[in-house]
Amino acid sequence: MGNAKPETGAFFPRNRSLHPKAFTPDYKTSVVRSPQKALLSLNDTISEITGPVFGHEILGEKDNDLILNFARPGESALGERIVVHGRVLDERGRGVSGALLEFWQANAGGRYRHAKEGYIAPLDPNFGGCGRTITDDDGYYSLRTVKPGPYPWPNGVNDWRPSHIHFSVFGHGFAQRLITQMYFEGDPLIPLCPIARTITDQAALDQLIAPLDMANTIPMDARAFKFDIVLRGRRSTLFENRMEGN
Amino acid sequence: MAQQLNQLRETASQTAGPYVHIGCVPNFSGISGVYDEDLGIAMVNEKTAGERIVIEGRVFDGTGTPLKDSLIEIWQADSQGLYNSPSEMRGTADPNFTGWGRQAMDMDTGVFRFETVKPGRVPFLDGRLQAPHVSLWIVARGINLGLNTRMYFADEEAANAEDPVLVRIEHQVRVPTLMATRKGDTYHFDIYLQGESETIFFDI
Ligand SMILES: [Fe+2]
Repeated sequence: MGNAKPETGAFFPRNRSLHPKAFTPDYKTSVVRSPQKALLSLNDTISEITGPVFGHEILGEKDNDLILNFARPGESALGERIVVHGRVLDERGRGVSGALLEFWQANAGGRYRHAKEGYIAPLDPNFGGCGRTITDDDGYYSLRTVKPGPYPWPNGVNDWRPSHIHFSVFGHGFAQRLITQMYFEGDPLIPLCPIARTITDQAALDQLIAPLDMANTIPMDARAFKFDIVLRGRRSTLFENRMEGN
Repeated sequence: MAQQLNQLRETASQTAGPYVHIGCVPNFSGISGVYDEDLGIAMVNEKTAGERIVIEGRVFDGTGTPLKDSLIEIWQADSQGLYNSPSEMRGTADPNFTGWGRQAMDMDTGVFRFETVKPGRVPFLDGRLQAPHVSLWIVARGINLGLNTRMYFADEEAANAEDPVLVRIEHQVRVPTLMATRKGDTYHFDIYLQGESETIFFDI
């Protein structure tokens, strides 16, 4: 944020056509968890345009390194070593500084470290599966991990999730709050996945697929994938009604 | 041809899935040693100004079954009606109140619980005061895009009656779905994803 002008404008209305609908019966759990009445439109008030700040001081040294942040001393997680990096931008194309990114994923064999997880693939004693970081002044971030494995899940009788990393993104306003998933370029499971297919706008789905980024690959160490994230943009406050006391 | 608007498109949402705890509340999920503490667990400390309250409730699916794998975040003003945010231009909020909370629901009972303070009133766009309220964001397996709603306080009858958001709701019969009821220091707020008493969700 630095010395930038405080952001007090309302967010652009959300383009809901690029998001999944709430009711997507091929993803069965959505059937009883999808509101059926129309959403009530609410012009952003100060309750929606404000949001908390996360300072870099909350971060530990290994928070964005899933290869090491759960590993025993001197050991590391098993799997294909990768770097994921990119920028958090708003719809106006400006970098979002100070955005909190939290990510979680299965291990290289497709197994999550979670009490409700039942897949037969083994846990990796050196892999926890969570990480976080905060974007820099340009909105840039990076993390290091192992490529998550695909895994079967109870939906259809033979549904498999493509390799993916879950991302939770916190920008500057509560109305920007977003959770999404990153997929990997070339994965043949993507077009088959009932969760990926909840997005019917092909360009919007393509925007979740990270390409291999050879230029940023670390030789003899880790391949790189680029994943930019776009949050809602704000209107300029120039000719807007001033809020009381403003 | 006209100029291009050059506007980027927002990244599409995907469900938080059943393992959202690993990423957002890892200590709660049993992954310890990576972060000292889960974010958003503590909104108040011993110096926080205002009336201490607890918000408690459950989230029900269309069959009446409580969700046990969901995550809720809340965002609210402090007791004086100020947000602890750089976008707050009306004054400086209580430094001992974060305004932001995050809780998973109990994996056995589905109950979520926030320890916070009663928020003050904040202005609507035209300067009229809104009734005290808390903004909520709900994610879970089966929810494709996080749900936004608001919690109001049923015992704030006068403020609620003039709240600019509440008064313009066409189907007034649904307004009680946004009302938390008080018992002692606890406000009870259940959320219904579907059905006759489906909670009002907002497009914000
Ligand atoms: Fe997953």
